Amino acid sequence: MRLAASVLTLGLLAAAPAPAQAPDAALLAGACQGCHGVAGEGGHGIPSIKQQQTRAEFVAAMRAFRGNERPNTVMGRITRGYTDAEIAALAAHFAKPE
Amino acid sequence: MTLPRRSLLAAAPALVASALAAPRAARAQAGAGRVVIIGGGFGGASAARFARDRFPQLDVTLIERSRSFTTCPYGNLVLAGRRDMASITFGYERLAARGVRVVHQAAVAVDAQAKRVRLADGAQVPYDKLIVSPGIDLRWGAIEGYDEAASARMPHGWIPSLQPISLLAAQLRAMPDGGVFVMVIPDNPFRCPPGPYERISMVAEYLKRHKPRSKIIALDAKNGFSKQPLFQDAWAELYPGMVEWRGASNDGRVVRVRPAEMEVETEFGDRVKGDVINVIPPQMAASIAREAGLAAASGWCPIRPTTFESAQVPDIHVLGDATVAAPMPKSGFAASSHAKHAVACIAAALSGRPAPPAVFFNTCYSHVGDDYGISIVGVFRGTPERIIEVEGAGGISPRNEVLGARAREFRRLEALYADGWYDAITNEMFS
Ligand SMILES: Cc1cc2nc3c(=O)[nH]c(=O)nc-3n(C[C@H](O)[C@H](O)[C@H](O)COP(=O)(O)OP(=O)(O)OC[C@H]3O[C@@H](n4cnc5c(N)ncnc54)[C@H](O)[C@@H]3O)c2cc1C
Ligand code: HEC
Repeated sequence: MRLAASVLTLGLLAAAPAPAQAPDAALLAGACQGCHGVAGEGGHGIPSIKQQQTRAEFVAAMRAFRGNERPNTVMGRITRGYTDAEIAALAAHFAKPE
Repeated sequence: MTLPRRSLLAAAPALVASALAAPRAARAQAGAGRVVIIGGGFGGASAARFARDRFPQLDVTLIERSRSFTTCPYGNLVLAGRRDMASITFGYERLAARGVRVVHQAAVAVDAQAKRVRLADGAQVPYDKLIVSPGIDLRWGAIEGYDEAASARMPHGWIPSLQPISLLAAQLRAMPDGGVFVMVIPDNPFRCPPGPYERISMVAEYLKRHKPRSKIIALDAKNGFSKQPLFQDAWAELYPGMVEWRGASNDGRVVRVRPAEMEVETEFGDRVKGDVINVIPPQMAASIAREAGLAAASGWCPIRPTTFESAQVPDIHVLGDATVAAPMPKSGFAASSHAKHAVACIAAALSGRPAPPAVFFNTCYSHVGDDYGISIVGVFRGTPERIIEVEGAGGISPRNEVLGARAREFRRLEALYADGWYDAITNEMFS
């Protein structure tokens, strides 16, 4: 069974008995660390995402991947799985501190 | 903890390190608790590291029967002659130095009532929350004649702690040019859906270079497989005429093996001889999970998709290959995703907070040739009823015909990034 991310968020909100929760950035970041490294440092051609960009730049990069407006091998397929709120949380986790 | 002398001695450096990293004050914090993890592979080691980094209030004990961990991933590159065993083998010293109490014993029983684990040496390890990530066992006898003795002649190479991939590698090295390499592949569900096909590719790469007159015959109990178009494109392009794959509807299902004759027999009685025969048999959750009452009749462990708690036994979370987590594949990346979520759920439960939103992730890269990689991605969400794959996300990488002139560079990059993935995930577990 597959659901679109937007529909899914609504569905989850409707189905979940507990109040809606903010995304858990450290947990979401777990997926990214599997390729970009624990601190986001990168390696073997996978770019560093450790405090390389401002939050706004990070979000813009993720959105560009999502819309296939930026060349990629894998990030397009990844970013299409996350909501805007989750991408914002990831930006707060990996981007330059503000 | 009532550990006998031998275990205590073995665990002593870890205990000291643990005391340094988690001073008494921390242990008295709100939400403190004893988390015991059975199995120090992709699920268990990832859980231990994540718990130590993120939740210092947790007391973490890792029970692992082996002194070192050899990964399944990149084992196929050992077959190709591109990696050696040392480069895919890791120790637990760094996890211990981070404050994980590492106990090298087999867990033999779980008393869910008293909440403690019994070890092979008789010691009892009490827990508040137990994580079980023991991987798989092979179903000996599911293919007639394929038992542990037969697996010495016809290696599986599917569980490194039971049989190192070096055994199959040695047989491949000894095979004559012009020989036949037979692979027997099971139906779903099984560990690493793309694994057999990456193996075909890496064996083909070795044969092309060293024994080019040889053939590979793959006998498969199903009709389709993970990343199939990408694998088949690569076989046609890189190894023309070398790989013959037969699915179930083409009498590919093997029901019997005869190790003495180096022969396998299919459902409809076709007998296929090989110079080397690699049998990947049907599988189930590893014995400790089944003995702890965590497995259903299928042999796999049902979990609650929002927390990875056992659906059958309270206060136990099951991770990785042992679980029923479809549509997530049984992969190392998936196991590490389960692990982080389960640890966060445990920390939340111990401090009376609600579980975090359940978002899971997987990527599996496969090497199919020199500078030639392919991948599959999935993003998943846990609802109370099931795990759902997010539509529109994930999927396999584009085929060469779609990439056109960019194909070569794309495949080169995916092979390079696969190495990045391997280093990142193994560093996270063991460095
Ligand atoms: C050829 C091949 C290639 C693969 N390639 C990839 C890949 O590229 N990417 C990917 O993501 N995945 C890959 N995988 C899959 C990956 O190896 C598994 O999905 C992963 O190992 C599952 O993790 P786990 O924690 O469930 O089990 P494991 O990693 O197997 O860990 C289980 C651990 O538990 C220990 N244990 C078991 N029972 C006990 C007990 N009673 N007491 C104490 N310790 C115990 C074992 O010794 C072992 O160390 C591949 C698999 C194969 C076979
Ligand atoms: C499967 C491996 C993999 C995973 C998992 C992964 N990335 Fe990436 N990432 C890459 C690769 C490879 C690139 C280069 C672009 C491409 O080829 O897709 C990249 C590029 C990026 C970039 C652009 C960096 C730059 O400066 O060019 C950002 C930002 C990024 N990733 C963020 C993330 C985040 C956030 C996650 C977790 C949700 C994540 N990545 C998960 C492999 C991965």
